[in-house]
Amino acid sequence: MKTGAVIDYKNPVIGIRNLWKSFGSNNVLQGFDLQLHSGENVAIMGKSGSGKSVLIKCIIGLLPIDDGELIVLGKSIPELNQHALDELRTDVGFQFQGSALYDSMTVRENLEFPLRRHREKLKNIAVDDLVKESLENVGLLHAIDMMPSELSGGMKKRIALARTLIMRPKIILYDEPTSGLDPVTGKEISMLINEIQERFQTAALIITHDLGCAKVASDRMVILHEGKNYAESTYDELSQSNDPPVKAFFT
Amino acid sequence: MGMVVKLKEYFHQAGEISLFAWRFLTEFFRPPYEWKELLRQCYLIGNKSFGLVGATGFIMGIVLTLQTRPTLIEFGAESWMPSMVGIAIVREIGPVLTALICAGKIGSGIGAELASMKVTEQIDAMEVSGTNPFKYLVITRVLACTLMLPVLVVYSDLISLLGSAIVENIKGDVSFQLYFNNVFLYLNFGDLNPSILKSFFFGFAIGIVGCYKGYTSDKGTEGVGRTANAAVVISSMLVFVLDFIAVLITDIFYEL
Repeated sequence: MKTGAVIDYKNPVIGIRNLWKSFGSNNVLQGFDLQLHSGENVAIMGKSGSGKSVLIKCIIGLLPIDDGELIVLGKSIPELNQHALDELRTDVGFQFQGSALYDSMTVRENLEFPLRRHREKLKNIAVDDLVKESLENVGLLHAIDMMPSELSGGMKKRIALARTLIMRPKIILYDEPTSGLDPVTGKEISMLINEIQERFQTAALIITHDLGCAKVASDRMVILHEGKNYAESTYDELSQSNDPPVKAFFT
Repeated sequence: MGMVVKLKEYFHQAGEISLFAWRFLTEFFRPPYEWKELLRQCYLIGNKSFGLVGATGFIMGIVLTLQTRPTLIEFGAESWMPSMVGIAIVREIGPVLTALICAGKIGSGIGAELASMKVTEQIDAMEVSGTNPFKYLVITRVLACTLMLPVLVVYSDLISLLGSAIVENIKGDVSFQLYFNNVFLYLNFGDLNPSILKSFFFGFAIGIVGCYKGYTSDKGTEGVGRTANAAVVISSMLVFVLDFIAVLITDIFYEL
């Protein structure tokens, strides 16, 4: 168990019940359930193609769901119109697997981009201060005028994280935050995820198949198997499990 | 069987592009408007094509004049040279040549850029950060193409005529003044208007096809190259089809 994080178990920020999503005849999510609490980091593990990325894309409203209940910060996602969805997205950060930095813009412009449409939320703070503060949080202030193509893989992930943090989200969804990184840099990113959780009291869903990242960064782990929440517990408990689908991840 | 499938795919794609163009028209009028990005795209699409369009136009003017000169001399009609070349360039060669060059340069650029943004989830990232990517990426680019192509066409026409005038000046003792006087003697707004009008449509077609191919690309990184290629092929073809339709329509007006 980590120290420093304050988890409020009475306050769920994401509530998913019986979520279904299919692409044609391919049923990806088949009645998935999950509760994420305020200030809590939950790692979701599953095989490639098991629907982990689909799940968080449903949560942020990039993919429509077929059936079930999906409540984020008290609002039911399928019932929101575009404007309300955009409004909600200022409180939910999304960290893309490939960082998804806009490669025609400098780091500074990348960070300013989310502020273009959502100035109301942080209107008392100058854009320049927000950008610099956000970059300081990930330790990359010196990269402010660089282009994404000049950055290493780990730096890109950090900048993308800074771009997410600039909106001061209450929830962050990480899509494979450590994929494509060496173990050392991967560990640094995992530590950074913890640091963000402690400093900003954000809740997070971490999609990963990197055991190290799940061990370091998660308060709780969920195994996504056959479209369902197959097992959920702490890392230590799940790693002792003898159930074959769970055990397969730890061996 | 293969033929039927291909035909089906062809009509499916034609329908999809039409729907995409319809989406452009419906979202075009709704705020917010991305003025800054529109200006930036106009700069990128217009300004950066000046060199290429100018060079091809210049060569075309020279070549056209050199090729037709002997025949006209044979008929003793070399004094018709400027007006003939002028009409050919303004009515047909300028717009179509510029559109084809732009289909190659701009269409492939837009297609590849949007396709790679799609593959690397940058379009999703925009959506998540509250900016409508269709407005920010597609509408600005299509509009910039539509507005910039007529400008490039007029510029290309001028450079072509200049090339032609230089040849006449060197080979045929025709002063620049006489040349351009002759050009404009037989050239009036009735010739210029349809060619400018069709340039708008050429620009729109190039922009919409490039954006459609890029925005809907989903075949990973290898799809980026194929997207750029398909954007050029389809938009070049469309330029000819639109030109054909435009000429049929203007012909009706000439008959009147």
